[in-house]
Amino acid sequence: MNEPKIQLRGVAKAFGPKKVLTGVDLDIAKGESVVIIGGSGTGKSVTLKCILGLLTPDSGSIKIDGREVTGLSVGERDDINRQVGMLFQGGALFDSLPVWENVAFGLLSRKQCGREEAREIAIRKLAQVGLKPALGDAMPADLSIGMQKRVGLARAIATDPEIIFFDEPTTGLDPIMADMINELIVHVNQEVGATALSISHDMDSARRIGDRIAMLYQGKIVWAGAPGDIDGEVDPVVDQFVHGRVDGPIKMQVRA
Amino acid sequence: MAAMNPLQAIGRVFLSFLGTTGRLTLFALNAVRHCFLPPYYPRIMIRQMIEIGYYSLPVVGLTAIFAGMVLALQSYTGFARFSAEGAIANVVVLSITRELAPVLGGLMIAGRVGASMAAEIGTMRVTEQIDALTTLSTNAMKYLVVPRIIAGVVMLPLLIFVADIIGVFGGFLVSVYKLGFNPSIYLQNTWDFLELLDVVSGLVKASVFGFLVALMGCYHGYYSKGGAQGVGAATTNSVVSASILILCFNYILTEAFFGL
Repeated sequence: MNEPKIQLRGVAKAFGPKKVLTGVDLDIAKGESVVIIGGSGTGKSVTLKCILGLLTPDSGSIKIDGREVTGLSVGERDDINRQVGMLFQGGALFDSLPVWENVAFGLLSRKQCGREEAREIAIRKLAQVGLKPALGDAMPADLSIGMQKRVGLARAIATDPEIIFFDEPTTGLDPIMADMINELIVHVNQEVGATALSISHDMDSARRIGDRIAMLYQGKIVWAGAPGDIDGEVDPVVDQFVHGRVDGPIKMQVRA
Repeated sequence: MAAMNPLQAIGRVFLSFLGTTGRLTLFALNAVRHCFLPPYYPRIMIRQMIEIGYYSLPVVGLTAIFAGMVLALQSYTGFARFSAEGAIANVVVLSITRELAPVLGGLMIAGRVGASMAAEIGTMRVTEQIDALTTLSTNAMKYLVVPRIIAGVVMLPLLIFVADIIGVFGGFLVSVYKLGFNPSIYLQNTWDFLELLDVVSGLVKASVFGFLVALMGCYHGYYSKGGAQGVGAATTNSVVSASILILCFNYILTEAFFGL
């Protein structure tokens, strides 16, 4: 088997007395799309932030292309981030900059091209996510949430990254907009060939965009497999989450 | 067990104070270090300079003119008892340049600029924009903090220099039009008593205050958390801490310049 694009081994992270991650193991192959599912507050975002280097895990190893990325210096981290794109849950657009500069931010900050060329690329990426060129000069605050999310997606793919992270890509969107975002993610993953890691608690979305689904529960990956296998899964935790039942092992955890 | 509670509370406050002090010191050192390392963001720096220097002119100017006016009025009341009205020009120009313009100006800037820095950076923190900067290979320290600190250090002395002139003019207005002084003699007195060190010490103070205001605004914004409430707390903390530090450093700097 080829070396995984992203490899997590025993990643643990605690905030004070609260142990959020207790040992996450996960391999993501090149070009694969993996969705991490799990309830609110189970550490999905923390996992993502550890891989992105926004948080440093307490222990464990995270490798990207076989290279250990925990404890890197800021400069080395920037090298890694060059090949990474990230769609934030709320879009996280820079509200002091017009839309096109938001999309082109990575290109400009890495000095990959001049402002004119960056603008052209930004307009092209906006078109890819179904936004008109005229929108490039709008300010993010003037856009609807769905549009902001699409701009966020355009920004994530602007530098043609090899790895893209999606944080709750469909949360807070209407079903049609959610489906459109799902489609865009599938497109980016399949046609551009990027490795994708998403976190979601939206099962429909997870089935659409994931080649593989991993369930995070009590700080560990308790189940991983193809979307088709998840419905027949007998593991009570997975079963309860997938079918959204109130009764089951997860509820006990909430009460405790 | 109940008897331990007050000690526990004191201990907790003390520990959190030490933690904050350490974190602030590291933040300040890191910010200063990044001031000397490229890349720079001139567009953002210029925008901050305009925000601090130009748009603060009205509020600082009004503060200075009223400070100068009231100073002339009050010192007249005092000096008239000793028939020493001639010293009013002296008192006004020394008080304005050494103390009132930098301190009052600094406090106004802490309210106007420091608060907006904390609110803006704090909102960027809670909406994950600062995380987004990092993933886009941009150092938030260089992109957000350094331009504001440099703008504060550079622009506040310029602003306070203007405030010096306006403040002295305020004293002049009251002395001439209300107290009936001869304008040319008043100006002559002002010039004769003024020394370079008076103005320079005030401007050095202004520069330090500019650093403190920008540092507090950025620090509290950078570490804000918990949505709108957290940003509100960050804004309050930045203004309060910057104001207290300004008054505290004002004494230290006065001691350094004029202390025996």
